[in-house]
Amino acid sequence: MVREISYLEAVREAMTQEMERDERVFLIGEDVGKYGGAFQASLGMLEKFGPERILDTPITELGIAGAATGAALIGMRPIAEIMFMDFTTLASEQLVNQAAKLRFMFGGKATVPMVLRTPAGSGTGAAEHHSQSFENWFVHIPGLKVVMPSTPYDVKGLLIESIRDDNPVVFIEHKLLYKVKGPVPEEPYTIPLGKADVKREGKDLTIVATSIMVQRSLEAAKQLAKDGIEVEIVDPRSLRPLDTETIVQSVKKTGKVLIVHEAVKTGGFGGELAAVIAESEAFGYLEAPILRLAGREVPIPYNRDLEYHSVPQVENIVEKARQLARMQV
Amino acid sequence: MKITKGEATHYLLQMCQIRAFEEQAEESYMAGKVHGTMHLSIGQEASAVGSLAKLKPDDLILSTHRGHGHCIAKGADLNLMMAEFYGKANGYCRGRGGSMHIADIACGNLGANGVVGGGIPMAVGVGIGLKMQKQGKILVSFFGDGAASSGAFHESMELSVIYHVPVVYVCENNQYAMSFPASRWTNSQRLASFAACYGLPGKSVDGNDLIAVLDAVSEAITFTRSGKGPSLVVCDTYRWRGHSKSDRNRYRSQEEIDEWKKKDPIERFVNYIMTMKLLTEKDVEKIKSQAKDDIENARQFAESSPDPDVATLEEGVYAPW
Repeated sequence: MVREISYLEAVREAMTQEMERDERVFLIGEDVGKYGGAFQASLGMLEKFGPERILDTPITELGIAGAATGAALIGMRPIAEIMFMDFTTLASEQLVNQAAKLRFMFGGKATVPMVLRTPAGSGTGAAEHHSQSFENWFVHIPGLKVVMPSTPYDVKGLLIESIRDDNPVVFIEHKLLYKVKGPVPEEPYTIPLGKADVKREGKDLTIVATSIMVQRSLEAAKQLAKDGIEVEIVDPRSLRPLDTETIVQSVKKTGKVLIVHEAVKTGGFGGELAAVIAESEAFGYLEAPILRLAGREVPIPYNRDLEYHSVPQVENIVEKARQLARMQV
Repeated sequence: MKITKGEATHYLLQMCQIRAFEEQAEESYMAGKVHGTMHLSIGQEASAVGSLAKLKPDDLILSTHRGHGHCIAKGADLNLMMAEFYGKANGYCRGRGGSMHIADIACGNLGANGVVGGGIPMAVGVGIGLKMQKQGKILVSFFGDGAASSGAFHESMELSVIYHVPVVYVCENNQYAMSFPASRWTNSQRLASFAACYGLPGKSVDGNDLIAVLDAVSEAITFTRSGKGPSLVVCDTYRWRGHSKSDRNRYRSQEEIDEWKKKDPIERFVNYIMTMKLLTEKDVEKIKSQAKDDIENARQFAESSPDPDVATLEEGVYAPW
């Protein structure tokens, strides 16, 4: 029996085990020291590794991203924590213009092995400036890899893999998933980036979901099964590189696909997924239009009800999936 | 600081190579042989050469968009550099970077940068890494008066102090951020006093006087290498050419440019050499002519080099490849 730990503990365990294994790995970010990180991801790590490797910073998101980029450029393996994904806007110059481009720009002669970890998503009542999901901005940048784990098991394997990867990786955690528990082996293990995971098998329709929407889709699938609708759930896990093959195979099998993500629909990753499916051999197998269920076209508001209705919930997924199950071309 | 005959020869040659490289760059551009843009540092040669004169070969630098001088002063291969300027397959960056992004990683030049202030946050990270690697190396991070007004500079100064990084910051105050005069918000002394604000040593020098630059930056290097943390030197200088090729010099007068041309760093260094009797007039002529030959050879190398194969376009975005 594999022991169960939380998604948050899996983040900490992955960082800890990699820092024990490789002295080039260090953590830098706001309040990652004594405070243990805003969400406690690094709690206890200062005591274990000392201030030389757990670098507490003042409010300097651009500086944090730049420090990680520069250290990576000379062979270190930094993990940078940006407290909320909203604040990656402040770090983006270094991440997008520098880290992502140095290797290509210098003719393949530079290597930037860094991870920028950041929690995204709404549902905590933190409103407009602490709730956003910007993954698709970074997916748009050649040179970056973008990872969005949905389970404790995936967090650990994907984070270890991201730390060992020789490229800059944007590792997007979800605040509401931090408390979710699941089986996680104690020993270090890796999950390759660019390998999707079929989280549930089914024959009637495919849901491609990311991050917390995988968990909500799994809940929805239980309800849909009672109606006789068997849903297959594909979790891409990394958005760049994307495992097109697994997605296409699933859509070919079911003939119907619903894409679910928390980020705002317009310009979101769902558009890319829909295009990838439409351009693929799965097109000829489609029995209904490709549907998207995503964040509403608003900033995330404060009021509990307004916030709840800003992003897809289980009942929305159930409703949309039922609608899709009934649709015929 | 007294310099030897050998050092005088080396510094003069490097300054003349920088001048000749950039004059050639300009000529090649005007002749339509290269496209894009370039940022020339003609008039600022003493700052680049003096700052790196006492650096050890395995020390590192981070440069700026106006980086040809830094690259040559760090010991770049002129042929590979010119080939990159021409966008050729055998250039430093395989034609991917061009003038604004030349890097010579093997030689310790971690790259020029198209973003003003883009290199400074990375300098902190390089410093953190160097400290962890414990090899005694240091980094010289160049930036300009324009970058000094950015948040990137101030965040980086703060982090540099906190992590006590082995980084010497060299601010080349060439008086203008594109068209915006530094004099509207600061001056050389005040730029240097940012250092005091963050608690590190700072000094401003006549950046067109190679010996003054060498003295100030050597002192900063000694301080930083001894484990005392970061330091800052402001080199007061002037770019003779426009910001880039689109500059029509609408924001400054010809009189101002001519006034600064009288402070030509190369001629001032030649005068110093003659006064100190380090080299003869004949030696100086020989060095100047060698620099021209070196650049002419680099031009020929670049022009006879192949363009990148379009089939290789997507190579090198990700490691490994």
